[in-house]
Amino acid sequence: MSQLSTQNLLGIKHINKADIDLIFKTADHFKEVINRPIKKVPSLRDITIANLFFENSTRTKLSFELAEKRLSADVINFSANQSSVKKGETLIDTANNILSMKVDIIVMRHPNVGACDFLSKHVDAKIVNAGDGTHEHPTQALLDSYSIREKLGNVNGKKIVIIGDILHSRVALSNIYALKLQGAEVKVCGPKTLIPKYIESLGVGIEYNIKKALEWCDVANVLRVQNERMEINYFPSTREYSQLFGINKKMLDSLDKEIVIMHPGPINRGVEISSDVADSNQSIILNQVENGVAIRMAVIYLLAQQIKQ
Amino acid sequence: MFGITMSKKTLLNSKEIHIILHRLACQLIENHNNFKNTVLIGIQPRGIYLAKRLVAILQNDYAIENVLLGHLDITFYRDDFRRRDEPLEANKTYIDFIVEDKNVVFIDDVLFSGRSIRAALTAIQSFGRPSDIELLVLIDRRFSRHLPIQPDYIGRQVDVINEEKVTVHWKEKDNKDAVYIINN
Repeated sequence: MSQLSTQNLLGIKHINKADIDLIFKTADHFKEVINRPIKKVPSLRDITIANLFFENSTRTKLSFELAEKRLSADVINFSANQSSVKKGETLIDTANNILSMKVDIIVMRHPNVGACDFLSKHVDAKIVNAGDGTHEHPTQALLDSYSIREKLGNVNGKKIVIIGDILHSRVALSNIYALKLQGAEVKVCGPKTLIPKYIESLGVGIEYNIKKALEWCDVANVLRVQNERMEINYFPSTREYSQLFGINKKMLDSLDKEIVIMHPGPINRGVEISSDVADSNQSIILNQVENGVAIRMAVIYLLAQQIKQ
Repeated sequence: MFGITMSKKTLLNSKEIHIILHRLACQLIENHNNFKNTVLIGIQPRGIYLAKRLVAILQNDYAIENVLLGHLDITFYRDDFRRRDEPLEANKTYIDFIVEDKNVVFIDDVLFSGRSIRAALTAIQSFGRPSDIELLVLIDRRFSRHLPIQPDYIGRQVDVINEEKVTVHWKEKDNKDAVYIINN
């Protein structure tokens, strides 16, 4: 297969295993490209991409922008805090105004769940979800799985624990879908208040004890506590969270195997992981960032391929 | 009613290919001597078989060791992205040396419109600025060029009409060395 089964990348829920395999295979080629002396290919020179970020982002925005530029696309950027959204414009109006400027692909991050899905039904452009509220963040899940595959050879059959604020995390949900599609075993671990009800219906296990979770897994994907999405206190104090769910080097050294540590960033050093863990040989956090560009190039390239002349 | 007729004609058999490969290897030696400043680049997907064969002949029959060989994929440099019905599928690029100031020889099985070579000329720039670039092909389809590109080393020139297809089979991949002209 050399074509995606979908017209937009709204979430991992909407794609299948063959799509993931195709994206990874394409990303392999782009990873080689971005390690060349000249890191650019001319494939998308007649494609224009708008990055609409209605929510703050540093890494994802830079990663998408770099991926688009490495493919030679024309790029326009838009951030909500400096736009007409503040003046009361609706999402569809904003998007249609941008489309009038002949944009082919929209990469959007939005604080509301389902915003990309909604937009895809109303505008005539390819939509890539760069994170919609607490729902999905598909390219992050893809680059996480890609990084696991690179480090361990395969995702199938591996044991992965996602640790932290599962309730508010779009990274967690997209990761669960992606990992299950590829045949991994998944558990989530965190304070009871931050584990969503019915999460087991997605086929994942729950572990409240961090030590047991680490003993069980091959890979620990550690998430940030999303204080900005919390309207109430889900745990008594950051200090207590860190004592109960924080990972330090001593804990890793006490395990009888060497597990892989991942983090989608930004890291709160000393809260969910200590500095010596983040900077250790077991951490593939910076590999994730590099792979992010290759994965986003692959996704955009494959979607652009469907736009006919 | 008219039936669909497909004819397949052998242009070169394995013995003829063997002779041609040795001639091409000798022509390369004539121009590049000991290959100290020369690199061979097989164009993906089908040019790499020819390139590997030539390297083997240079090493085994003419004792020229350490010939640098790379594989170049041109998919992302093609000019027909989004203009084809079938999606393009990429292959691996493998060039673990710098082409800066080197004499580069592109190697491909069939030269037709010249568009692949145009893409390869752009693609190779990502690996440095070569001193010069030459082109070696097993089959040169004359009078079918869309671009002003001509080969420097030619296995065999053929005149075939556009509807006809020239396919090169290699022992390593297709169990037999042969070149066919297929008329659909």
